[in-house]
Amino acid sequence: MATAAVPAGPPKKGRSKGMSERRLAALMVSPSMILIGIVAAYPIGYAVWLSLHEYSVRVAGLSRWAGLKNYTTALGDSEFWSAVKVTFIFTGGSVFFETLLGLAMAMAMHAAFKGQGLLRTVVLVPWAVLTVVTAIMWQTIFEPSLGFVNSLLGAVGLPNDTVWLGESPEALIVMIIADVWKTAPFMALLLLAGLQVIPNEIYEAAKVDGATAWQRFVRITLPLLKPALLVALIFRTLDALRIFDLPFVLTKGANGTTTLSLISYETFQTNRILGLGSALAILTFIIVMIVSFVYIRFVGGNIRGMAEE
Amino acid sequence: MGAASIGRADVLNQDEADVATKKQKAPSEGTPWWMWVAVAAIVVFCLFPFYWLINISLRTGPDLSSSSIVPPNPTLDNYTSIFKNGDFTRALLNSAIVSLTVTALSLVVGSFCAYALARLKLRGKVFILGLVLSITTFPAIAIAAPLFKLWTDIGLFNTLPGLIIPYLCFSLPLAIYILVSFFREIPRDLEEAALVDGATNFQAFTKIVLPLAAPGMATTAILTFIFAWNEFLLAVTLTSSPKARTVPAAIAFFTGSTEFEKPLGTISAASVVISIPLVLLVLLFQKRIVAGLTAGAVKG
Repeated sequence: MATAAVPAGPPKKGRSKGMSERRLAALMVSPSMILIGIVAAYPIGYAVWLSLHEYSVRVAGLSRWAGLKNYTTALGDSEFWSAVKVTFIFTGGSVFFETLLGLAMAMAMHAAFKGQGLLRTVVLVPWAVLTVVTAIMWQTIFEPSLGFVNSLLGAVGLPNDTVWLGESPEALIVMIIADVWKTAPFMALLLLAGLQVIPNEIYEAAKVDGATAWQRFVRITLPLLKPALLVALIFRTLDALRIFDLPFVLTKGANGTTTLSLISYETFQTNRILGLGSALAILTFIIVMIVSFVYIRFVGGNIRGMAEE
Repeated sequence: MGAASIGRADVLNQDEADVATKKQKAPSEGTPWWMWVAVAAIVVFCLFPFYWLINISLRTGPDLSSSSIVPPNPTLDNYTSIFKNGDFTRALLNSAIVSLTVTALSLVVGSFCAYALARLKLRGKVFILGLVLSITTFPAIAIAAPLFKLWTDIGLFNTLPGLIIPYLCFSLPLAIYILVSFFREIPRDLEEAALVDGATNFQAFTKIVLPLAAPGMATTAILTFIFAWNEFLLAVTLTSSPKARTVPAAIAFFTGSTEFEKPLGTISAASVVISIPLVLLVLLFQKRIVAGLTAGAVKG
């Protein structure tokens, strides 16, 4: 970001009244910083503390130092690794398909010039609908007897008795489909905004030079869309890694859909095993941080640019 | 910050300017037929699942085991029954209180912070923005576990303030981030004129920047409201009874009007009802929402 180094401050001379600018800035920033400290930093610190202790399930308040025991328990537990696997398959699958679909939708919206306002409104519906409602919606669509999917399959002569949410890979597939439906539009809107800043002259020039539509897409659209694409990818990946609502409502984690957030919730909330549950939450946190670090380090310096802009 | 050179009128009519750029790029040849197919496909893809939900919500009894594309005997029974359900109306009220409080607090506190970050001299700006941005990527589960214990200990478990406080953890960074990008779009000359005339920085903020930033504030309010209305993980972790449950949490624990009835019809009706405020927001403020979602994302 070339602009990063130019914090062209407002004129500071000739002001005798009021406090100094830096002091005012510090005052204006501090309520937010204090609040964020209380609601983000403190709980995370406390989670680390909890994760290093063992809590009695029977006697409230009774705890003892456990060192890294909760972590070794978690890391030695096949359920944890299965949750890691499920979370990554879900993230990979949904981010991949929603990027493809989002890109296709963005290109169609960009080209479809007349109904764009209407399209943007329509596309915002899945984005705005609550995730819980999204889950219920797809539950009704994949419901064995009254769902649309089985009746469609039956109509074209395919087996129509699949209990979608009751079987192992199927439940995860439904979860991915629901997520793609909900978030591809968000992707499409971000990418559409990216497409709109590409000057049309470039395409015209390429056309004159005889480039095919595919060549124009690969050589012009994709490279110029890269910044918007990366931002969208990062947002979506980090979002997908913490998925909780969809498996909670669709299957309660049954049939191979227990994700990292869900396994942690079940451990500390449902089963009241605080120490282990906190360790699982911290592990989830670390995994998300590693992924975001990898993204920023290897695929996009532009996130830094965004922060510095 | 190239925004300083943008004319005032452009900023005030950002959406119109946006539309204008699109118009220039309109293909001169008419829209080909496959474009209409693509448009129709998008519309069906986005709206069909919602239609199916409505379709199911209009059925009771035996109709709930047929998969016809329209309800055989459409009825509003599910809708009347959920509004007779005290837990559901309570949840609606809880959701409204929580979402509106979170929105108001985030706007007030966040706009101060965003203005300082967008305009004033301050050490550690990049650090603060980086922090704010990284918090939006936090998995909520990391604060849910400790808050569950903490709230139980100090009596905030299963209360509305117990939800409002942690929601700020995510809504405040969101508000700050969007507002910073909006404040930067406002031309500096007006503020500078005021400063020359002897106004303080704070007066310049309240008297000049805030009124100009009204559209940005509206966008931020809508997005924060949607976040709070939709939030689920903290809502189920930090509550245990209808007393403090918000609608998403209430629906997840819904058991229908009678215990033995398949509650899919009522759940669908409740889902439709709680989506209505969101659909209305989208219909009324489509441009604002898109502007907020894409703020910063393409400029990077």
